[in-house]
Amino acid sequence: MSLYGPLWLSAQLALVTTVILVLLGAPLAWWLARTKARVKPAVEAIVAMPIVLPPTVLGFYLLILLGPQGAVGSWWVSLTSSALTFSFTGLVVASCVYSLPFAVQPLQNAFEFLPRQTLERAWTLGASRMDAFFSVAVPLSLRGFISAAVLSFAHTLGEFGVVLMVGGNIPGETRVVSIAIYDHVESLEYASAHHLSLLLLAFAFLVLLVMYVINHRWGRR
Amino acid sequence: MRFRSLIFLLFFCRGAQAAEVVTVAVASNFKSTATHIAGRFYEETGHSVRLSSGSTGKLYTQILNGAPFDLFLAADAERPALLEDGGVAVYGSRFTYATGSLVVFSSSVTDCMAALRDPNAGFVAIANPKISPYGKATRQYLAGQDLWDQVSARAVYGENITQAWQFAFTGNAVVGLAARSQMLAWPRGPACSFEVPSSAHDPLEQQAVLLDDDNEIASAFLEFLRSAIAREIIRQDGYEVAE
Repeated sequence: MSLYGPLWLSAQLALVTTVILVLLGAPLAWWLARTKARVKPAVEAIVAMPIVLPPTVLGFYLLILLGPQGAVGSWWVSLTSSALTFSFTGLVVASCVYSLPFAVQPLQNAFEFLPRQTLERAWTLGASRMDAFFSVAVPLSLRGFISAAVLSFAHTLGEFGVVLMVGGNIPGETRVVSIAIYDHVESLEYASAHHLSLLLLAFAFLVLLVMYVINHRWGRR
Repeated sequence: MRFRSLIFLLFFCRGAQAAEVVTVAVASNFKSTATHIAGRFYEETGHSVRLSSGSTGKLYTQILNGAPFDLFLAADAERPALLEDGGVAVYGSRFTYATGSLVVFSSSVTDCMAALRDPNAGFVAIANPKISPYGKATRQYLAGQDLWDQVSARAVYGENITQAWQFAFTGNAVVGLAARSQMLAWPRGPACSFEVPSSAHDPLEQQAVLLDDDNEIASAFLEFLRSAIAREIIRQDGYEVAE
């Protein structure tokens, strides 16, 4: 595993997590934005919970929950006959939990600001609810989608405590860049740590810059 | 006027505090033992000791960057020696206060050796050999048994022995290698465990070093660590202590 392996792994993890979170977060945020159900505040509170627990604590409980004796982990083992913890898949699951509020909240905000008449107009013109969502709601909430993607991506890229607990530091599988930098610092290899940190910052800056440029160009319509 | 006297009082309190309180940086694995010893020290001398725990590597970096610790109880011999050589710690104050023992254990299977030898048994939790003395000892032991290649292919690495212990304690890893002191603090106990002979790896020396020459209480606490009372506490918590 080269010095850059962990950086690539982090980028993959952040990308997969972002895609999943936007796909899962959009319907959840849509429901939260439009529902009048009495459980709405409770669901909103649950979505925000990952912000409360310190990452290593959240990671510890995910380790128990996703472990072969845990509720989710044992189900996964019976389904795939491999463990969820200490695997890339496990990191994706953990990261989705960890970054969930960062995807759902911007999307919910965007959906709440959609004028209801616009959607009703689409319906009266004969668009199905799905069609109206994809051809009216999504383009109008593009900024929300971009914010959700940027925040999920950045938050997962910088994630440390959760992967430290759930990952097990396996090269090429779960040793993401934050863990690799930490390893270098702990073994007094400061030069490698600085090198990798600088690369991480440069990479994150580039990705965020591109996202914000897109946001300004196309989001403001 | 009242404000000025308040400031004076504040400085006075801070000054008084600096003279009476010792701040000790202690490696996480030794924290509970150190708390116990600090309690006895308070009973004997009336001086209180403030403990600040963390990983040896983190505490070392903090000390290098000016953290206000008077004493450092590390989990290895390397960092105290580096601090002594670098002139950060008081020269000649360094000594081994405890020697750790390595234990193979499991919370799920009853034959630890079989789980270690079977390449398909599942994950093995070990401390990272690159950054943890216990991890290094683990690698030395397994290499001596011709098991390292097989085990490292299914190893999960904790950043320290506490995390390696957690991986195996929660059943996520089928076996783990951790410290004997952790087994003693486990009420129910492991499903199986055996101690690795200390000849199978370099000694797991934990060293202490004085950081502040002027603090008499810090020196007294360092001296207290060598006392019969402290040595008995350290031994009861699962460490070896030199005679």
